[in-house]
Amino acid sequence: MIRSTAAQMAAKLASGETTSVTLTQAHLDRINSVEDKVHAFLFVDEKGALEQAASVDAKRAKGEKLSPLAGVPLALKDVLAQKNKPTTCGSKILEGWLPPYDSTVVANLKKNDIVILGKTNMDEFAMGSSTENSAYGPTHNPWDLSRIPGGSGGGSSAALASFEAPLAIGTDTGGSIRQPAAVTGTVGVKPTYGGVSRYGLVAFSSSLDQAGPCARTVLDTALLHEAIAGYDPKDATSINAPVPQVVQAAKDGNVKGMKIGVVKELNGDGYQPGVRARFEEALELLAKAGAEIVEVSTPNFEYALAAYYLIAPSEASSNLARFDAMRYGLRVGDVDGASAEAVMNLTREVGFGKEVKRRIILGTYALSSGYYDAYYGSAQKVRTLITQDFTQAFTKADVLVSPTCPTTAFKIGEKANDPLAMYLNDIATIPVNLAGIGGMSLPAGLADEDGLPVGFQIMSPVMKDERMYSVGAALEAALLSQWGAPLLDRAPALEAGK
Amino acid sequence: MSLTYDDVVAKYEPVLGLEVHVELNTESKMFCGCATVFGAEPNTQTCPVCLALPGALPVVNEKAIESTIKIGLALNCSIAPFSRFARKNYFYPDMPKNFQISQYDEPICVDGYIDVEIETDEGPKKFRVEVERVHMEEDTGKSLHVGGATGRIHGAEYSLLDYNRAGIPLVEIVTKIVPGTGKYAPEVAKAYVAELRDILRSLGVSDVKMEQGSLRCDANVSLRLIGAEKLGTRSETKNVNSLRSVERAVRGEMIRHAELLNAGGRVVQETRHFQEDTGLTRSGRSKEQAEDYRYFPEPDLVPVEPDAAWIETLRAGLPERPSIRRKRLQEAWAVPEKEMAAMINADVLDIVEETVLLGADPTKARSWWLGEISRIANDKDVAIADLAITPKDVAEIVALVNSGDLTDKLARQVVEGVISGEGKPSEVIAKRGIKVVNDDGALMAAIEKVCAEQAETAEKVRAGHIPAAGALIGAVMKETKGQADAARVRELLLGHLGQPTS
Repeated sequence: MIRSTAAQMAAKLASGETTSVTLTQAHLDRINSVEDKVHAFLFVDEKGALEQAASVDAKRAKGEKLSPLAGVPLALKDVLAQKNKPTTCGSKILEGWLPPYDSTVVANLKKNDIVILGKTNMDEFAMGSSTENSAYGPTHNPWDLSRIPGGSGGGSSAALASFEAPLAIGTDTGGSIRQPAAVTGTVGVKPTYGGVSRYGLVAFSSSLDQAGPCARTVLDTALLHEAIAGYDPKDATSINAPVPQVVQAAKDGNVKGMKIGVVKELNGDGYQPGVRARFEEALELLAKAGAEIVEVSTPNFEYALAAYYLIAPSEASSNLARFDAMRYGLRVGDVDGASAEAVMNLTREVGFGKEVKRRIILGTYALSSGYYDAYYGSAQKVRTLITQDFTQAFTKADVLVSPTCPTTAFKIGEKANDPLAMYLNDIATIPVNLAGIGGMSLPAGLADEDGLPVGFQIMSPVMKDERMYSVGAALEAALLSQWGAPLLDRAPALEAGK
Repeated sequence: MSLTYDDVVAKYEPVLGLEVHVELNTESKMFCGCATVFGAEPNTQTCPVCLALPGALPVVNEKAIESTIKIGLALNCSIAPFSRFARKNYFYPDMPKNFQISQYDEPICVDGYIDVEIETDEGPKKFRVEVERVHMEEDTGKSLHVGGATGRIHGAEYSLLDYNRAGIPLVEIVTKIVPGTGKYAPEVAKAYVAELRDILRSLGVSDVKMEQGSLRCDANVSLRLIGAEKLGTRSETKNVNSLRSVERAVRGEMIRHAELLNAGGRVVQETRHFQEDTGLTRSGRSKEQAEDYRYFPEPDLVPVEPDAAWIETLRAGLPERPSIRRKRLQEAWAVPEKEMAAMINADVLDIVEETVLLGADPTKARSWWLGEISRIANDKDVAIADLAITPKDVAEIVALVNSGDLTDKLARQVVEGVISGEGKPSEVIAKRGIKVVNDDGALMAAIEKVCAEQAETAEKVRAGHIPAAGALIGAVMKETKGQADAARVRELLLGHLGQPTS
């Protein structure tokens, strides 16, 4: 049962073939049996999940009209506030904090009766591409436990790939939903910026952060997308417009007559051969399905990474200032006679990890007077140019495509001491965040050289998220008929041993 | 070597700069829905947003934007079609986010002015104070440092934090430098703040209570030799909590600067704190090393782009400028300057005007509100506006006195009755059976009775010692239970005792 899709689970719940309590318990059992190998969760809310499941079952028994995913379990990235549940963002500095409120995403999940199994591991404050930066230890890729599951949302992607949960929530600032999806053979969507409320999403980089749905199929992702999206008056950057009809698009999977633009700059040198091969095959399948493949050029993308690593740390340096031991979270050095300043300093010294400190320092420097124009100011100009590149490209194509990442999953520890190599992993995902558009990653197969999953990225214009679902569903269907079974069936069985 | 103020202004030209922070009186905070009631229990008016809990986001209070635009318009500013909030980053425990949401290089209102008039040796003179910008920001929480000698964070045993004030909308009004005031700099500074306060009050956007901190002034002062081009180093005096203090602080700083400069020293650019008791300032933090606030546009908020038509609606709705209105009323009512000031201080100008519009004589209306009614309000320790007496009631009472239906003394009883909740003036009169005794026969009977009882006094008056009549008049008034017209009693009494009656 746990290997089915969320849509199939929902259908069985609706027909009474199973109950949410049974389904939730099955996932909790799975977590129990594989979690010591995967370490996807920071907190498993066994009691809370079963209570929520029982209440959904009770509602269903009374004949209440329920939402499409009611009763289906989900794994929540630990960066979203959930009332009275630990929310650490993978950081020591928030150890023990219990939010007194629900983020809007969580409120929407609850409203849709989606059962929250617990909180998933992540790079501290979502800073990283491997989940190695978690203060609570790394998560392992179910395809190969010695490899990273992507980051920052490696806990969510690993939970999906190890069948600990059929649905997950991620957040994507520079690729933190899409890159983990790519390297674990799952699906992840970063909606249009403003499409899903950021209220209660602990900020890394406010102008780039976006929560989004993750699952094992395009349709499941679409169902979750519609459950969490929509205008929220508590988020000033939330878009006040109807939610794109992504479920319908995923069901239709129709690409006939669509123009698909291949981004010239996001392919070629630096991309692993197996990644390129799967990408090219996917393009052929889309062409067979009736799409027109065109090439587009985005000349300013080469500056995207540099701009991102100025804007994101700048905003982070300010966003993370609130962790000062005064009101919540960790407090270190609060002994008799210690000044507030000393306690703040010591707490931040002990509470933040290396990568977080690196970015706070980088951002503080970039915003300093005398450097602002050269760094933050220039980065914002690049951001505008990249947005213009997209606007231009979208006049030639309905969606744009590229490999999600240049490589498949690397080994844990391999790039831990080389931040620049790590940053390069996000080269294809970052432009999407800078322009605030939508992006999806779905599995395109396994790379021949290492047998690891390859991600295919689809990018759609602002609030045209349904387009990436159309293309994603078409590609998924074509690949599935080629493979004969879901890609994840080829992943090693975790129960079998190491 | 203490300098006199005259010595200072004979040698130096002062240059002013004034920054005024105004707390808006919106019902909710700048970026969340929390209440803004003054004096509530600590930390009871807080939420995830103003406590800066992880994940919480700000949303702009539209009412605060409206109030700020009104202020800008009243100060003759241009309203920016596009402005943005920015983060001002610095660490302090009473600032929950460790950054303040403010406006930096894109404020909402720019380039305004107000004219103030002060008395000079050559008579009244007008000075124009130019306003550089008006911008919005949020207030910080309050720290109470316990233990230690100074009440400051350094040396304190512990500190208490109250976040009720954190996030209350603040408007900062910054002037351009104000040169050319010469020796009148302190008066100009005071007049500017007073005028600003009146304007803000007339707009209804703030309580403008300096003593409660809803209007706070920082006075920047520098000196340069008369005729010099280059500006001197300025000091920035905070904690100036009354109009009088504004004047004293500027004067005090001018003398302090001059003493330093005359002694060959230099003025340090720093924040200073005004001491109410001594009238002097004490050094705060030095600003020699400019603090780097790392301003950048607030990414959690969208730009403020007010609709042009909305701005025009707000402009059309602006009240009459207080100084112009004051002049108009002063002339129309023929009120001396001092009494005009008294009315403004007592905040009764609106009520008096309304009473006059309802037909009351301006002098009478003024004396009721400023005299008897103010006194009762004081006794009860409530605002005049909260008393159960309206301009209509007062106009009615004044009319009854004019027609002779009430004496001043009876009118006071009626006022007191209305305030005690006994009803409208007519109802109080009916209930209490108040009426003027204007039957000369009844009065004469009382006069004869009193003169018989106090024959000795009556004799004195008969002998021409008029002042002695006071005691007799008093006794007659008592005899008639205060319901007689004292003037008529006097007339009849003096006639009765053979004295001239005028």
